[in-house]
Amino acid sequence: MSVEQMAMPQLGESVTEGTISQWLVSVGDTVNKYDPIAEVTTDKVNAEIPSSFSGKITELFVGEGDTLPVGEPICSIEVEGAETTVDKLVKNTSSAGTVSENMQQNQDTSMKKRYSPAVLRLAQENELDLNQIKGTGRGGRISRKDVENFLQSSSVNSVADASVAQQSSVGCFSEAVAKEAVEPAVAHASRTYENEAGDHVVALTGVRRAIASNMLRSKHEIPHAWTMIEVDVTNLVNYRNQIKGAFLKKEGHKLTYLPFFMKAIVAALKEFPRINSTWAGDKIIEKKAVNISLAVAADEALYVPVIKNADEKSIKGLAFAVDELAVNVRENRLSPEDMQGGTFTVNNTGSFGSIQSQPIINYPQAAILSIESIVKRPVVVNNMIAIRDMVNLCISIDHRVLDGLITGRFLARVKELLENINPENTPIY
Amino acid sequence: MPVISYIEAITQALDEEMSRDDTVFVMGEDVGKRGGVFQATKGLFEKYGENRIIDTPLAESAIAGVGIGAAMYGMRPVAEMQFSDFMLPAANQIISEAAKTRYRSNNDWSVPMTIRAPFGGGVHGGLYHSQSMEAIFANVPGLKIVIPSTPYDVKGLLKASIRDNDPVIFFEHKRAYRLIKGEVPENEYVIPIGKADVKREGTDVTVITYGLMVHEALQAAEKLASEGISTHILDLRTVYPLDKEAISEAAKKTGKVLLLTEDTKEGSVISEVAAIIAENCLFDLDAPIRRLAAPDAPAMPYAGPLEHAFMVKPEQVEHEIRDLAEF
Repeated sequence: MSVEQMAMPQLGESVTEGTISQWLVSVGDTVNKYDPIAEVTTDKVNAEIPSSFSGKITELFVGEGDTLPVGEPICSIEVEGAETTVDKLVKNTSSAGTVSENMQQNQDTSMKKRYSPAVLRLAQENELDLNQIKGTGRGGRISRKDVENFLQSSSVNSVADASVAQQSSVGCFSEAVAKEAVEPAVAHASRTYENEAGDHVVALTGVRRAIASNMLRSKHEIPHAWTMIEVDVTNLVNYRNQIKGAFLKKEGHKLTYLPFFMKAIVAALKEFPRINSTWAGDKIIEKKAVNISLAVAADEALYVPVIKNADEKSIKGLAFAVDELAVNVRENRLSPEDMQGGTFTVNNTGSFGSIQSQPIINYPQAAILSIESIVKRPVVVNNMIAIRDMVNLCISIDHRVLDGLITGRFLARVKELLENINPENTPIY
Repeated sequence: MPVISYIEAITQALDEEMSRDDTVFVMGEDVGKRGGVFQATKGLFEKYGENRIIDTPLAESAIAGVGIGAAMYGMRPVAEMQFSDFMLPAANQIISEAAKTRYRSNNDWSVPMTIRAPFGGGVHGGLYHSQSMEAIFANVPGLKIVIPSTPYDVKGLLKASIRDNDPVIFFEHKRAYRLIKGEVPENEYVIPIGKADVKREGTDVTVITYGLMVHEALQAAEKLASEGISTHILDLRTVYPLDKEAISEAAKKTGKVLLLTEDTKEGSVISEVAAIIAENCLFDLDAPIRRLAAPDAPAMPYAGPLEHAFMVKPEQVEHEIRDLAEF
């Protein structure tokens, strides 16, 4: 003995539901196979449902007037001596198997290094190290969403970092660093170092970290090239010696050589705007403004504050600006704005006796020039040996932006301007 | 807003367009006194008479051919193919004449005809009442093919089809006729042909589909939402020409794309969708494009269990979405 169920039949091709308009049997009735048991109305037809079994009606699941989808049970019939043939429900293919599969997948990292085009693009655009991202996909695969989530969480961090940088105003090396302070320069120092006895461990300050990050970035991204010229600045030395006493008396500031060099460099930059430019990925941008970043050393750090619109300043103006920056650095009064907007960097390495140096470009500028010590040397002038004041100018260039030719012409122009300095063509004011 | 069924939306659209424009007329097998085998034209014969609701002989080629002639003469015929399976005798008229008349006459003549045809399976209809015919016509420039999924889209798109100045094939899923109900505004509205529609916003997996499969996808999405899987669903609505912009946008949204059709897989409409995504979205893709479709078998079987096996089922859709989400 078994209990069978009758289902709402499909009465027409577009019919998906039916309404029981009238039951023709009630519970307890005995029916034969093919006997009508109910009348059904659809919006296409009215029909009687024949019984599929012989037996006794045990339950009616729905009342008259009820509408139900095709395939839903409407009543049960007790059938004698038959095996249950209740319509096999289609098994859900998904649920049972996948749970244990998932458990296994968690251990598996076979897909960890299989990157989709989307993941590679995002990593490249945002300069991400994919090793740092945890993959939640199958086999440990890093999905696009994993990268997006990583970017979102790191942008939250960087906002926090930036606000810290704002508060401690000197906490940034240059504008590039102020924005990119998050860049994990540390990632590259993944080796572990052991201290030996007596070693002194110096914890990194924010400034040190920023300098490290910016230097690394510049060296990594910019293909540096380097050259040097020798300039005879005897005229400049004589001229400056003539007027420095009067200048100090009148202006209350020392007159150093630096403003003279800067004046010549700025004039040459105006003539060769390609030196005063930046690499922008798919183009080169020649900057209109000439804002000179000046490398200024402090005890434990190096700052590169900016003299804005240096091309509009006289030698006196430049002298005052340099002095002011130096004071600000010493007194820790630089603000982030003071570091921003530089288009070319001048590095006064001569101030500590250097005669040659290979500066690293101040990212994202295209060149950096260092002014070495002025030294008296015997040189050949008009086939005679003379004692002249000589100085080396060293320049590092971004070889993506600049080639030797323009750089050479630029340096030659600076040299020409410096060697021809005299009171007539070089007013202080 | 009143809730009406998919087929009621068709009747309403026909009724409103016929009363708005005297040149609109309906013809087809049993569309008149009988009101259509599915009752799509129910009541229209009584309202508009035998000159505008015309019963035709059982000759699909003639239905299409007469429609083309009337359309070229300034009428706006709505020709009904009783089942899309029976369109093939009319294929020559549709492909070689209707689609090409404007081109061939250098713009002098056009065919503002709508061909309505019920398609699709899962209704125990067997070989001749279950086919999906859209792919056969989806390679014929000059034709437009509309396949709506909701009563709202049905009404707005059928009206747009009737008003269109070129031939439109309007496929209606016969299982949707009475299964799918939805809100339809009482105010006049028209939905532009050629625009896909986002039916659900999501971030994990994008499903692009059309017709009744939209509802399978929506059901699966609802279920998966409780597992934390968020599904984005784009309803193509017009399968030819395709809304390439919307397809690219939807694919880029998640980078994981499941394409669904009730049609057999190879050479189906979604294969073209896959090509569009492959051409335009490489660097946004995070998983292989996946297609879920009926097996490449000659026909939908009549036997219940086999028919069930042939149809794309909600569990399969759910499984594929989950699988992509986990990828």
